[in-house]
Amino acid sequence: MAVQAVTQQKLALTGNEAVAMAMKQINPDVVAAYPITPQTDIVQYFSTFVADGKVKTEFVTVESEHSAMSACVGSCAAGARTMTATSSQGLALMWEMLYIAAGFRLPIVMPVVNRALSAPINIHCDHSDSMGARDSGWIQLYSENAQEAYDNTIQAVRIAEHADVRLPVMVCQDGFVISHSLMNLEVLPDEAVASFVGEFAPRYPLLDAEHPVTYGALALQDSYFEARRQIADAMSRAPAVILEVGKEYGRLSGREYGFFEAHRLEDAEVAVVAIGSAAGSAKAVADSLRGQGIKAGVLKVRVFRPWPWREIGDALGSARVVGVMDRADGLSNLGGPLFGDIRSALYDRTRRPLVVDYIYGLGGRDVSLEDIEGVFRDLLRIKDEGRVTEPVTYLGVRE
Amino acid sequence: MSELAESKPAAGSKIAAPPRGLPGWLEIPLGGILVEPGNAVEYRTGSWRTRRPIHDPGKCTSCMICWLYCPDDAIVVREQKVVGVDKDHCKGCGICARECPVKGAMTMAEGGAY
Ligand code: SF4
Ligand code: SF4
Repeated sequence: MAVQAVTQQKLALTGNEAVAMAMKQINPDVVAAYPITPQTDIVQYFSTFVADGKVKTEFVTVESEHSAMSACVGSCAAGARTMTATSSQGLALMWEMLYIAAGFRLPIVMPVVNRALSAPINIHCDHSDSMGARDSGWIQLYSENAQEAYDNTIQAVRIAEHADVRLPVMVCQDGFVISHSLMNLEVLPDEAVASFVGEFAPRYPLLDAEHPVTYGALALQDSYFEARRQIADAMSRAPAVILEVGKEYGRLSGREYGFFEAHRLEDAEVAVVAIGSAAGSAKAVADSLRGQGIKAGVLKVRVFRPWPWREIGDALGSARVVGVMDRADGLSNLGGPLFGDIRSALYDRTRRPLVVDYIYGLGGRDVSLEDIEGVFRDLLRIKDEGRVTEPVTYLGVRE
Repeated sequence: MSELAESKPAAGSKIAAPPRGLPGWLEIPLGGILVEPGNAVEYRTGSWRTRRPIHDPGKCTSCMICWLYCPDDAIVVREQKVVGVDKDHCKGCGICARECPVKGAMTMAEGGAY
């Protein structure tokens, strides 16, 4: 079916409102969520849509985030299109059930507002929460602004539910920087979203009494491995689906999505890799450095799981020095999670750039244009020296 | 366009031989789901047994207490009489012997094998 471009409404919304709006237009069968902190405004706005009869969703308020994800697992296995939203400690409390959602191959969609994890207690932006869930079998899409958070939420439904994928999806946005900042964005008409996401076609729904099935059976040494191998296979099929959905969404909205945004990378000598709102600042800095004759570029990661390592390797392979910006510390003694994956994506290449990591912005510490310019200058120094002496730098922390 | 050498993390391994005789990962239903109802009967819980219940039909009054308590539905009843234990599914937990009100009608013996 050919997708026609539609006229869109321009609205000023925060990231939270934008995602709640997308959820309203998706109109899921069930939303199960913990209604108080560390929950976000997303669920609060959505609950008003439920109260006002704007959606047909069964809204289940539960006593914890662990219960929220448990209820989502049950509802999605029963055959209902299911969503929730969370943040920070809430995501941490869901941990056990995240693996079960992916293991049962349930296409749950969950907006995540990225905020730091305790201790000490903090409520501001960093990526520690979702980065910790990177091996749980959930697809992870990251957003640079409210527009992308809105667009990613709608695409996530199609990606998750695709027959080749059948995996849950987290749609991540930076806490406060995006979630609480107003932005002018374009919003699709309700009908366009409804027809884009289509009807949910459940696989093995528990409510199909004609075909009874068992979820959660024991699989020991003789079959657990096969079930897990199947998830890895689904993850390897997801990239093609993500691109296909991103293209179709582009035809509908005029905003096409791929794995990442390559900003002035073709001839870049020094490149910064970033996720989320900092990528916008990095692009502005790269543009101003270009004006001074410095070949600077930026790679903004949108899809972190599945990891598009081949394409990222191709996009970064011709740079001389790559600076990875991690808004989460792996506490591994070798930098953050993005750093490890970027270096790994480049390792098998015959000619590979030097790669260093900058841990930044933990607990909402502001990252300024000057800070990012400092990163580019550091990359130029490393390029001149021709070798890496300090692979990991903590950016903007008091000594 | 890629200047990669050989590198295929998704390829199947031919290096180590997997256990044979069961479906492969391409054949099993999505998410380890069981699509056949009631197939728990095929799982031989009796293979765990380290002790075994001995039923004495001479003393048994067929009061059905053991049948009621057995967690594995392993007490065999015919024509309203307890006639013995299903050795494929009895896991040797000893609940039947513990709950039996008639001395000696159901007793536990060491060793799982009959
Ligand atoms: S509980 Fe004892 S007496 Fe009663 S049926 Fe079982 S073995 Fe027989
Ligand atoms: S030992 Fe346990 S499993 Fe076996 S028959 Fe008795 S109650 Fe049932």
